[in-house]
Amino acid sequence: MRKFQGRVVAPGRAKAQALVSKQGFNTLASYQKSFLVHDKKATCSDQNNPDIYKKPMAGVALCLPQTIGSTTGGMILYTAAAYGRQPACMLFAEKIDSLAAAGVLLVDIWTDQDMPTIDDLGQEFLDYVQNGMQITVEEDGVVIVE
Amino acid sequence: MHLTQEQEAIYKGQEGETKAKIMETLVRYGTLFGADKMVPVTSAYGHLVTSFGLNVISPVYDLMDELIEAGIMADQKFSIDPRPLDDNVPKNFLQNLVFKKFMYSKQEDYEAQLEKIGLLDKKASTCACYFDEVGNIPKEGDVLSWAESSAVVYANSVLGARCNRNSGIIELFGSILGMVPHFGLLTDEGRKASWRVEVRCKELPNAQVLGSAIGMKVMEDVPYVIGLDKFLGHELNDENKTYLKNFGAATASNGAVGLYHIDNLTPEAKAQGESLILPDAKTYIIDDAELKRVVDSYPVMWKDKTAKPKLCFVGCPHASLAEMKDWVHKIDEGLKEKGNSKVQIPTVITSAPGVLEEFQKTPEASLAKALGIVVSYICPLMYMNNPLTAKQPVITNSNKLRTYSTARFYEDKAILEQITGGQHA
Repeated sequence: MRKFQGRVVAPGRAKAQALVSKQGFNTLASYQKSFLVHDKKATCSDQNNPDIYKKPMAGVALCLPQTIGSTTGGMILYTAAAYGRQPACMLFAEKIDSLAAAGVLLVDIWTDQDMPTIDDLGQEFLDYVQNGMQITVEEDGVVIVE
Repeated sequence: MHLTQEQEAIYKGQEGETKAKIMETLVRYGTLFGADKMVPVTSAYGHLVTSFGLNVISPVYDLMDELIEAGIMADQKFSIDPRPLDDNVPKNFLQNLVFKKFMYSKQEDYEAQLEKIGLLDKKASTCACYFDEVGNIPKEGDVLSWAESSAVVYANSVLGARCNRNSGIIELFGSILGMVPHFGLLTDEGRKASWRVEVRCKELPNAQVLGSAIGMKVMEDVPYVIGLDKFLGHELNDENKTYLKNFGAATASNGAVGLYHIDNLTPEAKAQGESLILPDAKTYIIDDAELKRVVDSYPVMWKDKTAKPKLCFVGCPHASLAEMKDWVHKIDEGLKEKGNSKVQIPTVITSAPGVLEEFQKTPEASLAKALGIVVSYICPLMYMNNPLTAKQPVITNSNKLRTYSTARFYEDKAILEQITGGQHA
């Protein structure tokens, strides 16, 4: 078990299993197909991301360095949350990027959904965490990985 | 973040709950990136990225309704990315059914919402809103609230305007309030280069490949590019601005570049030179071998990698008028050399509605028609979003289209060879 301290981007508590993208998370490419086929599990459709391709994203603790790709990214995260298919929490190893930040804030302010988000957890966090590990997010930005 | 009394009043809800939520979103957004204040948007127009009435993003339309019901109008009019549908572009019955019934069935409703909030006009649908024929051209130093990565990087780099890489919806919020948080590419410090890129190629590199190489290397950082001015000259003109448009779109889509400087050419590089480069900047040297390595690394997403292409897209980002005319002439010459009279692969050149209007007035319009070339205002990316069109072998000279779709990238010469009837690679 290890604890990591990050910065609170969107407050809240969460417990979920980790889904880990070691590379930049392409928000549009990851969600695109699940929207088109009304997939409630939000199965990842980004063929360029072998870490998470074909894995469900709804309700997981999504661990990532940053997001990449289209500037529709924030709007896509907002849409996923409005449908209730967002990750249980988002955990960024690096400082959050502007597209993801937009999405996280749109979820927090413009929907009834919770998606606690912590950033700046460090590369060590991303090196340590593996798919399926149990993640607990505390209110103060502490992330427990076990 | 410091807010003025007027901004504080909006934040606290004195202009209604919806405006307060918009202000809260922008303030918290800026705070995450260390913004010290909100600054006025000074450009005449905004630019929005979400141009598609995709029925599966209905929460976005609900949000638009919430804005309209609250009586909110944007403080500035805005242009918007290209439309997703054009009957001129080849498609079969099933593909068309999927486009119209299952994918973009909300297009008309969404455009009606946009008009209520502040769409500039129906012709302002293009990713290249900065073309003369469109007229959304910020001045040097203007503060913008734009999204669309290729437009943002062009405005910052070539026009010297100031805009962060905003997400869809955030850019609309900035246009509504007429203010944006002051951080990142809006600040002098945020516009300094953390990469020194030296181009050591024997001739002018393909813009799309050079941009791709730099984007993949520097990601969201600012590169200062040395060695291009000997090919592009020291003054901006239509030809090198077209090059920089295509170069920038590749840096922004293959990486996340929001601003680049070209030594001795782009406005800030001309004014400040290498003093823009941070002392601890990293160095990236690009030669012909490096560009070949980058092109060879592109995955081919076709099921049958030897398939004969069924469609070709040129013009992502949208082609300029000069670029369109140039392609028509090159295709004409290529066909004549091979003894063909029409393109051998259906070919679509895309551009802004205003550019297409001007193009129709030129002799190249009838030539294009005679050669079988389709011209369209469509967004090729949105065409390729259809699962049925995505299965087709489509070729393109756009590195952005390659990145976001199954389209296969070729450099201009190889594209020309294939569409005029030569061997496909």
